[in-house]
Amino acid sequence: MREMTDRALDTAAQGGATYADVRIVRRTEESISIKSGRLEGVSSGETEGFGVRVLVDGAWGFASSHLLETAEIDRVAAEAVRIARASATALRRAVNLDDRPSAHGTYETPITEDPFAVSLETKIDELTAADAAAFGVKGITFTETSYAAQREHKVFAASDGSYTDQTITHVGAGVEANTVEGDEHQRRSYPDAGGGWQAAGYEFVRGLDLVGHAGAYAEEAVALLSAPQCPSGKATIILDPSQLYLQIHESCGHPTELDRVFGTEASYAGTSFLTTDKLDSHFRYGSDLVTIVADATAPGGMGTFGWDDEGVAGQAVPLVQDGIFVGYLSSRETAPRIERRSGGAMRADGWNRIPLIRMTNINLLPRPGMSLAEIVEDTDDGLYLASNRSWSIDDRRLNFQFATEVAYEVKGGKKGRLFKNPTYTGITYEFWRSCDAVGDERSYVMLGTPNCGKGEPGQVGHVGHAVPGARFRNVQIGVGKW
Amino acid sequence: MVARRGAEWLPLAEKVLAHAKAEGASEAEVLVSGDDAQLTRFANSEIHQNVAETNAQVNLRFVSGKRIGVASSGRLDDDGLRRLAEQAAAIARNVEELPDWAGLPEPTPITDVPAGFSDATAAATPEMRAEAARDVIAAADEAGVTAYGSFATSTESLAVANSRGVRAAQERTSSQLITVSMGPDGGTGYAEQAAIDATVIDAIKLGREAAEKARSTANARAIEPGDYAVVLEEYAVVDLLDMLGYLGFSALAVQEERSFVEIGRKVGSDLVTIWDDGSDPAGLPMAFDYEGVAKQRVPLLDGGVCQGVVYDTQTGARDHRTSTGHGLPAPNPYGPFPLNMLMAAGSVSRDELIGGIERGLLVTRFHYTNPVHPKLVIITGMTRDGTFLVEDGRIVGPVRNLRFTQSYLKALEGVSGVSRERKCLRGFLGGVVVPALRVDSFTFTGATEH
Repeated sequence: MREMTDRALDTAAQGGATYADVRIVRRTEESISIKSGRLEGVSSGETEGFGVRVLVDGAWGFASSHLLETAEIDRVAAEAVRIARASATALRRAVNLDDRPSAHGTYETPITEDPFAVSLETKIDELTAADAAAFGVKGITFTETSYAAQREHKVFAASDGSYTDQTITHVGAGVEANTVEGDEHQRRSYPDAGGGWQAAGYEFVRGLDLVGHAGAYAEEAVALLSAPQCPSGKATIILDPSQLYLQIHESCGHPTELDRVFGTEASYAGTSFLTTDKLDSHFRYGSDLVTIVADATAPGGMGTFGWDDEGVAGQAVPLVQDGIFVGYLSSRETAPRIERRSGGAMRADGWNRIPLIRMTNINLLPRPGMSLAEIVEDTDDGLYLASNRSWSIDDRRLNFQFATEVAYEVKGGKKGRLFKNPTYTGITYEFWRSCDAVGDERSYVMLGTPNCGKGEPGQVGHVGHAVPGARFRNVQIGVGKW
Repeated sequence: MVARRGAEWLPLAEKVLAHAKAEGASEAEVLVSGDDAQLTRFANSEIHQNVAETNAQVNLRFVSGKRIGVASSGRLDDDGLRRLAEQAAAIARNVEELPDWAGLPEPTPITDVPAGFSDATAAATPEMRAEAARDVIAAADEAGVTAYGSFATSTESLAVANSRGVRAAQERTSSQLITVSMGPDGGTGYAEQAAIDATVIDAIKLGREAAEKARSTANARAIEPGDYAVVLEEYAVVDLLDMLGYLGFSALAVQEERSFVEIGRKVGSDLVTIWDDGSDPAGLPMAFDYEGVAKQRVPLLDGGVCQGVVYDTQTGARDHRTSTGHGLPAPNPYGPFPLNMLMAAGSVSRDELIGGIERGLLVTRFHYTNPVHPKLVIITGMTRDGTFLVEDGRIVGPVRNLRFTQSYLKALEGVSGVSRERKCLRGFLGGVVVPALRVDSFTFTGATEH
C-alpha cells in the first residue's frame, strides 16, 4: 500500500503540487430486503479504488480510478495536477491550509460480532420473522424489512508524511409496516424510518429486537388509518428522538458546515443563515437548554473515526453552548478563514469523491432533570411526534417543515389518542429558542442516518445524532390542505 | 480519456456468464457499467472543486431455480470475476425461493440511439470546462453579481448479457451546466441546461440569464402565504414530473396500492400530456434498461387521463405482460421508474402564460421538495432563485421565498396554460423535457426571511 501512496504523492509533487494526499479505499457492503414476506433481494458488493487530491498554484484538482495499477496511479496523479492547473485559471483566493500535525496510526470501529461473519441464513431468518410479525397483523397492506452492513477500509497518505489506516463498520436494520385504504396511506417504522443505524457489529441488530417490536408498530399503522387528521394551529410539541435527530440534522448540522457558509454549496443545497458575523456576535441559536456538539469520538456514532479524510484527528467541537452559537464544522481550508484550526469534519463518500465538510455526530446534549417520559408527564396539552416521514428546509436553513408518521395527543401529562398525517413548521432559531425541556441521560440515545446527501457530484454520508427528546412551545402544526 | 465502448464490456460479461454457469446457475444476468465522469464546480466566482472519476462495476444476478443472489464488484480481472460468481452463487444457495419469480427477460430488438452519444462530450477536458466556468463568471462580473455552479460531463458505458440470449451494449454521454447568481442586495437567479453534446451548452447565455434574474430579484419584499395562481418555469416543472414518476408512474407503486394511477382516471387538465421515451433525442436517450430490455415509449398521462405505468420484467409478469424496458439494476426493491420523461408543449409563450394571471406568482424553481402524503402526491418545498409577484398580467417585482404544501395532482388539474418552448433538464430520475406551466391555484403555507 505504501508503495502505491508514495508513487501517487511523488507523481503529484513532480507535476508541481505543493500539497497532495491520496486515499485508497475498499468498501464492502451487504444488504437484505424482504417485502411482505418475500425475500426481495440479497446482495453483496465491493468497490475499491483510489483518489488523489492536489494543490497546484493555490487551486484544487482531484482525480480517481478503480484500477489500482502502477500506470493508472501515474495517470490519475498527473490528471489531478492537470485539473488543478485548469482550476487555477479561475481562482481569486489561493487555498491556504491550516498546519495540523501530521497524522499516523490505525483506527477500527469497536465491534463485538462481525456482521460479515454472521451467516446469511441467520440474518435472513431473523429478518423474515420480523417481517412476518408485521405482515401478519390484520389490515397491513405491505411491509418492508431491511438490513445492511458496510465496512470501509481506507488508507490515507499525504505529502506532509501523514499515513493512517482505518477500518470502519456500520450496520442498520428496520421494519416498516404500511396500510393503504383508498387515498390514505399510513406507515409505522421500527426503530426508525429507514431503520436504526450505528457504527457497530451485528450485536446492534440483535439488540434492536425487530421481532419483538414489529407487531406493535404494525398495529399502530392500522390504527392510524382511522385516526383523526392532525389539527392545525399553534401547539406544544414533544419530539421523540426518532424525529428530533432529523430536526438537529437539518437545522443545526447542515447550517454549521463552514464550506456551506462560505458559499461552496450555493448552487446545489444552498447556503446558511449562520454567517460568520453571528459567530462573532454570540448569536442566540436556541434557549439556554440547547447545547449541541459535533463529536467524532462518540461511541456507536456513524460519524466516529480516528482521523477525517484530510488527516485531522476525530474530536468534539461545540456548535451551540447553552443556546449560544459558538462553532462550526470545519476543514483545513475553511478554519483558518475564521482564525481557527480544523475541527476534523472532512469526509468523502468512497475513493471516487473528494472530502467535503460533513457532519460527524451532531449531538443534542442531555440536561439533568427530566427523562422524556417525565417531560410528557409535565405537559398539560400538546402533541408527541415520532418517526420522520418527510423533511424540507429552505436554502439558508431557516424555514423548515417536517411530517412524522404519528402524533399522540398529550393531555394532563398522558399520551392519548393518535392523529394521522402530523406536520409542523417553523423558523430554525425561533423554534430552538422555544425549547423549554430537554431529556436527561436516561433518554439519551445514539441514532443516525446513512442517507445524508451533499455535494456535486453527489455524495451520501453516514452521520450520527445522539439525542434525548425535547419539548417546544407555540409551534405551528397541521400545515396545508388535506 | 474517452471511455471504453459499451460493446467492449460484452466479452467481459460473457466471461462472468461462463463462471456463473460453472457455479451451477440455471439463469444468470451480467450488467457491466463504466463511468468516466468529470465535474468542475465554481463558487464566489472562482473554481473551488474540480474532479474526475474513472469507474467500472460488474453486477451479477445469479439464479438457481427460483433462488436469486446478487453480487457486485469493481474488480475486472479473472480472479475477481470468478470470485464474484462464487459470491453470488453462495447467496443464491442460502436464500429462499421466490415463488413468483418470472425469469430473466428474453432478448428484445434494440434500436441504437446514435444521438445519445457525443464524441465532443466524451473528449471533454478540464480546460474546456474551466473555460465555460470563466464564461459564466464573466457574465456575472458584468452584472455585478457573484457566480456559483457546476459543469459536468460524463460518458456512461453499459453492457447487459444474460443466459437467455440478451446481448445489449450502449454508450451515452451527458453534460449539464447549472448556475446560481447572487447579488449584493439579496437577489438570486438560476439557469441550467442539459445536453448530450457538451459543446451546445451556452455558458455565456446561461450566465447572463442567472445574472439578470439575480439583479431583478434584489430587495425582494415579503408577501403573505396563501393561494396564488402561478407560472412555473421549466426548472420548477421538472419537480412535478420527478415526483409523479417517483410516486406514481411505476408498476410496483400500483401493485402495492400506493400510486394515484388508475388507468382511465382523469388527474390533470386536458393540457397535460406526459410520456416516457428513451429514444427521443430531445431528452437524454437510453436504448435499453438495466435488464437489457429495449425501452418502449410509454404514455403516462394523455389529456390529463392516466394511460399507463412503466414495467420491469418482474412487475410485468405479475400483470401478465412484458417489460416496457424500465428495470433498474438488481436487486431492486424499488421497482421500475420512468427515466426519460417528456411533457407535451403547448401553444403559448412564457409572456402569454404570465399575461393570463390577474394576481399571482412567477416561480423560477423549487428547492428541497419532499412528499408529505405520497398517494395524494402532497409535496412540500420552497421557492428559490427568483419568485415574482404578477398583477394584471405583468411582473410587478420580486418577493421573498415561500413554502408550499400542495398536491401535485391538484396542480395538474389546475393547469390552464403550457408554453410552446421546452427545455431539456436533469431531474433526479434522469433527463426530462418540460415546458413552463400556468397553474390556476397553488397553496403556499409559509414564508422565509429571504
